[in-house]
Amino acid sequence: MKILVCMKQVPQKDAPLKLNESGAWIREDVSYEVNEPDAFALEEALRQREKHKGEVVVITSGPARAQQVLREALAKGADRAIHLEDPKFVSLDAFNTAKAFAAAIKDETFDLIFTGLQSDDYGYAQTGVILAELLGLPHATIIMQIEKTDSGIRVKRELEAGYFQFVDMPTPAVLTIQSGINKLRYATLIGIKQAKNKPLRKVTLAEVQPAIGENLQKIERLYVPEKTKKTEHIEGPPAEIAKKLVDKLRNELRVL
Amino acid sequence: MPDTILVVVEQREGKLNRVSWETITAGQAIAAATGWALEAAVVGSSASSLAAEVSAKKVAKVYAIESPKLDPYTPDAFAAALKQFLDSKQPKLVLMPHTYQVRDFVPKLATAMARTVISDCIGFKYEGGKLVFTRQMFQGKLAADVSFTSDAPWFATFQNGAFRGDKAEAGASAAPVETVNVEIPDVAIRTKPQEVFKEAKQSVDLTQAEIIVAVGRGIKEQKNIEIAKQLADALGGDLAASRPICDSGWLPMDRQIGSSGQTVAPKLYLALGISGAIQHIVGMKGSRTIIAVNKDSEAPIFEIADYAIVGNLFDIVPALIEEVKKAKG
Ligand SMILES: Cc1cc2nc3c(=O)[nH]c(=O)nc-3n(C[C@H](O)[C@H](O)[C@H](O)COP(=O)(O)OP(=O)(O)OC[C@H]3O[C@@H](n4cnc5c(N)ncnc54)[C@H](O)[C@@H]3O)c2cc1C
Ligand SMILES: Nc1ncnc2c1ncn2[C@@H]1O[C@H](COP(=O)(O)O)[C@@H](O)[C@H]1O
Repeated sequence: MKILVCMKQVPQKDAPLKLNESGAWIREDVSYEVNEPDAFALEEALRQREKHKGEVVVITSGPARAQQVLREALAKGADRAIHLEDPKFVSLDAFNTAKAFAAAIKDETFDLIFTGLQSDDYGYAQTGVILAELLGLPHATIIMQIEKTDSGIRVKRELEAGYFQFVDMPTPAVLTIQSGINKLRYATLIGIKQAKNKPLRKVTLAEVQPAIGENLQKIERLYVPEKTKKTEHIEGPPAEIAKKLVDKLRNELRVL
Repeated sequence: MPDTILVVVEQREGKLNRVSWETITAGQAIAAATGWALEAAVVGSSASSLAAEVSAKKVAKVYAIESPKLDPYTPDAFAAALKQFLDSKQPKLVLMPHTYQVRDFVPKLATAMARTVISDCIGFKYEGGKLVFTRQMFQGKLAADVSFTSDAPWFATFQNGAFRGDKAEAGASAAPVETVNVEIPDVAIRTKPQEVFKEAKQSVDLTQAEIIVAVGRGIKEQKNIEIAKQLADALGGDLAASRPICDSGWLPMDRQIGSSGQTVAPKLYLALGISGAIQHIVGMKGSRTIIAVNKDSEAPIFEIADYAIVGNLFDIVPALIEEVKKAKG
């Protein structure tokens, strides 16, 4: 099985975010990590390869810093990487990001393409499904299990409120992976060493530019959300906070 | 002809998904602001009967988009059916609830029409003739106003709870219903869905709990769950968790709160080291009182908390356990 995994670099979960001068994006001098479901997508691809042989290729689009995500993936066992490298890739909408990916892989065929189910920064929840449509492939979203069958694959989709559903589908196909589908592995020292010699293909913006167009949607303004609820802050040293809280629990909320 | 807003409601096994009423409310609000006409559509094998239900609301018209191929749901059939309909109808704006089903097919539909979806919106603004949609970014830490820069039809989906379903206005008389039969070739449908099922029966029912102590990734390690358990015991409450805790196997799945877990509404919900992602919030925002402990003063959980404690849970929780024990004597 030849599997492509889309992996995005996003600001770290607890990184304090500041707006940049444009007021439409953040200041990029924060720490980054791999988008959580994408890490699970990579793990799943590695497990499928271990079972069925084949190749795992990872792809990202973003500035030079995004290469870190690919390096980590190679260290964990991915065979090679593709980096669409340019700071401008950050501001593409999901439609154009998917178009850029489609252009970058046009000379290859994959049995499966994985993306995360959504990104922690934009949270479009769209890139994988758009990519499927652009490539003319069937897709399934929010996947919690993948098994090879005689005619393709059987996947387990997560539905709302604890429901699930199995779906049979042919390959090639695009799947968007949910966090928690498996248990992540760590990179080994040997893996980290080997990663240095694995192929990493760089794709410039100019190469995919003919395939992409203007963004179809635009962020006009980014801001700290307005609070809708009156929140009371309880402050002080821990013992004092505890006293105040227990007082509220007992006398105001009457739950003690 | 005036511009039209089309709300596509969602059905599940022949019943309207209640979140559909929220999207109708959103559509009515946008119609009022813009002066555009509002219509609705139901998609499915037995759409007509549900269309009648929708036609009681203040909408100009309801379309029942039908084909036997729409049952069971597949993204291929739904995208094909709606594309046929929208290509001929050309509404200005198409609204849907941001459900798992909509996320599954609407990006495909929009892409097939070379259009875009502003997804998971929580509101809209109509300023100086320009329509912008508000959506959360960076897991709720920031919000963005987003506009369409492309041709209509425009697609937008609304987050569960963004509008009040019970505020959907009824119409003076029932709106006309038009049945639209769509042709979907067999080869267009590439996936074969099986029956929907629920995983092994839940052994814990948190929906009746009066006090819930919920832990998130701020608890850091499995062994630390113990202090949350002690607090829950001291308060006489139940222990629950955010998804990553259950994914890691630190607590069983049936203690997960949120869109893919249980929805609870206790008297007291104490969130320890939970950031407050929307998928968690939808499962607990109905709680009477929410107390959040988080070391990050900008964590989105504080936006819905009644009481906020900015601090290290490993300092706060032991002090709280002691104080509760004292109070209970
Ligand atoms: C389709 C879909 C469905 C989902 N379903 C669910 C669901 O049902 N339920 C659910 O919960 N999530 C669900 N999620 C995941 C959700 O988006 C979040 O990723 C998740 O809720 C985050 O969990 P968390 O708050 O525990 O972790 P994080 O977001 O990592 O937050 C940890 C928090 O702990 C704080 N912290 C760290 N250390 C300390 C300390 N010492 N003291 C105090 N605070 C500390 C940090 O400041 C941070 O705010 C779903 C996601 C998707 C896309
Ligand atoms: N710039 C990017 N680089 C790599 N993968 C991406 C990028 N943008 C989106 N993706 C993939 O698409 C998924 C969904 O992202 P989104 O549509 O933004 O919610 C992510 O989990 C990634 O797998």
